[in-house]
Amino acid sequence: MIPGVPLQDFLLLSAALFCVGLYGVVTRRNAVGVLMGLELMFNAANINLVAFNTYLHAGALSGQMFTLFTITIAAAEATVGLALVVSIFRARRSVRLEHVDLLKG
Amino acid sequence: MTFSTATWIVPLLPLSGFLFNFLFGRGDRRVVPRVALAAVGCALALSLVLAVQVLGDPAPKVDSIPWLSVSNQVFGHFTINVGTLLDPLSAMMLVVVCLVSFLVHLYSLGYMDDEPGLARFFMYLGLFTFSMLGLVVSPNLFQMYIFWELVGLCSYLLIGFYTSKPEANQACKKAFVVNRVGDLGMFLGILFLTYYLGTSDFGQIAAHIGQWPLFGPAWLPLGAVALLLFCGAVGKSAQFPLHVWLPDAMEGPTPVSALIHAATMVAAGVFMVARVYAVFDAALLSSVNAPMVVACVGGFTSLFAATIACTQFDIKRVLAYSTLSQLGYMVLALGVGGLGVTAGAFHLFTHAFFKALLFLGAGSAIHAVHSNDLRAMGGLRRKMPITGITFLVGCLAISGVWPFAGFFSKDMILAALKEAHLMTLYAVAVGVAFLTAFYMFRLYFLAFEGPSPEHGHAHESPWTMTLPLLVLAALSSAAGFASLDYNGRSFGSYIRFDRGPTLSSDWGRAQSLALAHPDAVGDYRKATALWEAQAPAPAAMAMVPAGESRAFVLDYRVAVPATLVGLAGILLAFGVYRLKWVDPAKVAAALGPVYTTVYNKYYVDEFYRWMIDHVYYVLSGAIAWFDRHVVDGVMNGLALVMQAAGGALRRLQTGRVQAYALAMLGGILLLLGALKVLAP
Repeated sequence: MIPGVPLQDFLLLSAALFCVGLYGVVTRRNAVGVLMGLELMFNAANINLVAFNTYLHAGALSGQMFTLFTITIAAAEATVGLALVVSIFRARRSVRLEHVDLLKG
Repeated sequence: MTFSTATWIVPLLPLSGFLFNFLFGRGDRRVVPRVALAAVGCALALSLVLAVQVLGDPAPKVDSIPWLSVSNQVFGHFTINVGTLLDPLSAMMLVVVCLVSFLVHLYSLGYMDDEPGLARFFMYLGLFTFSMLGLVVSPNLFQMYIFWELVGLCSYLLIGFYTSKPEANQACKKAFVVNRVGDLGMFLGILFLTYYLGTSDFGQIAAHIGQWPLFGPAWLPLGAVALLLFCGAVGKSAQFPLHVWLPDAMEGPTPVSALIHAATMVAAGVFMVARVYAVFDAALLSSVNAPMVVACVGGFTSLFAATIACTQFDIKRVLAYSTLSQLGYMVLALGVGGLGVTAGAFHLFTHAFFKALLFLGAGSAIHAVHSNDLRAMGGLRRKMPITGITFLVGCLAISGVWPFAGFFSKDMILAALKEAHLMTLYAVAVGVAFLTAFYMFRLYFLAFEGPSPEHGHAHESPWTMTLPLLVLAALSSAAGFASLDYNGRSFGSYIRFDRGPTLSSDWGRAQSLALAHPDAVGDYRKATALWEAQAPAPAAMAMVPAGESRAFVLDYRVAVPATLVGLAGILLAFGVYRLKWVDPAKVAAALGPVYTTVYNKYYVDEFYRWMIDHVYYVLSGAIAWFDRHVVDGVMNGLALVMQAAGGALRRLQTGRVQAYALAMLGGILLLLGALKVLAP
């Protein structure tokens, strides 16, 4: 808990970070950029978890523990995601998402 | 070995012969006929033993095993059995079927000698004999229906035996389809009867039929059920208006016409009505007088067919119309009830012999001159004396001349009609007796007497063909005496219908119960509970004492006129066709349109053809149009809508992950907005 900084500030930061991440996910043409946007969104959630834990249940550590889990899972997700991107690149010589529309109806 | 075991074996013998020929016969022209003949011969021997046993102990013996068991809310517990029923009626039919079948097998050895499909023919004959024997020993309606259809199938196969003859192919299809019309009614009748009485066993039906007002639904009088059953008999026994198949069935080989379309299968309708006569008798108490309808159909058919028989020139067709007429006689007798049931069964018995004789004799003549046309025959008696003399015996028997078999059975029918005071039908029957004598002797004089056209090769048939003729001639001469009284025993003391002593009281009780408890009517379980809850009323209202003997007593007031008209018919035929009093062609010309109408069989076939072309096809055309355009149209329309919708919606599926993510975002925002508005 940082004295003088209310919970809302953390939440605003988290929301801003989430929005930046989401913007990246939706607009980036490069698959790697999309993955980076996803990481931002993860981190926005993490900030939320830690902030809520600190301000609402100061004695407990579950928020922090959850965050550690999320970081681990995000690392795994990034691994899989990057592997997919590499595989797509090998197959199609491109990592631009508009070139990957095989499921078009 | 008990009675019932032996009764199982009789039908199984021809079946085993058929199966042996089918599996191992390999179409061998010497093996197959002999196996078939031996199988039928064994069946004949066994059925004669059984008949002697039944003469000593006429009580019905049933031996059956459960086949299908139904247990549900509606029926309670209901079982369909298969098995055998041995009583005087089935014993008589066993002997008649086995005997005629055996003689026809023997005859066919000679008649079909140069036929390439000989083995196939004998296999069909064996299958038919099995089916017919299974039919006559059936203890319940369901088994009877199964065999009823089997004999229909065999009839189809044998009518169409000459597969290269287009007329035969047409005729077998016609026979099958026309029979289906009647069988549909019969099947409905069986279902109604079984559903509402909870049983299809003949003994049980007779015992429970008096309870119909309570067990049957109010909208279905018993007479209607009886008439539905009668539909089957109308089809199988070729009564008007379903008679059209039988004359065409003459396209089959002549031995088949003798066995199936004269002596046995066509009598199955008469047999079936006699078997369930309790239903027809009880129907007298209901609002539909089914026996009267039966009598009128029979009487009409006998007169109708007899007039046609006078004009035909195809020897087999004359005999076919004669069969129609005689079957009509039997049905007429059955409709009278009482003595009539005995008389109908007795006429069935004697007719089987003399009509088989006439057909086999006609076959012998056809075999000799290679033509069915009476105008191509003539003077055959001198060339083939055995055929000629036995044919004459058959003609005398069917004309009702004493002491031949037809005299006794025809007289019994007339006596039954007189006893029932049905004077119009009595007059019809006497008229038919005259016509019968006339057309049979017309046939005889045209074919066997007079000058012979050039057919020098005509000669007597081999012994395999003449022996059956001699045996049948002997039976046609002697069978009538079975109706006379021998120490209180006669044909009529064995085969008769006695109204059960409780029928009327049961009917009355059931009616009063039905009035008091309308909710239970037609509900088998409720009705049974009600019926059993009430103590049975004393059986005091017996109408006919059980066990009354029905020996044939010669009534001169019936016998003399009947014999006189028979002799008059013979004399007329003799005068016209032998002494040439008048030229038949001139008579025909003088009668003009009347003769043409009769000669063309009253245009019934043409009428049916017209109905099919102008009514049936138009109706089915309309239905086909509805099916093609409305039913199919709805389905095709649905499919088109689905296709179009899919085509439009598939554009949403861009394959771009980011577009989906954006859509998800939009969705979430929408949901959040909705939450904000709805639940602030």
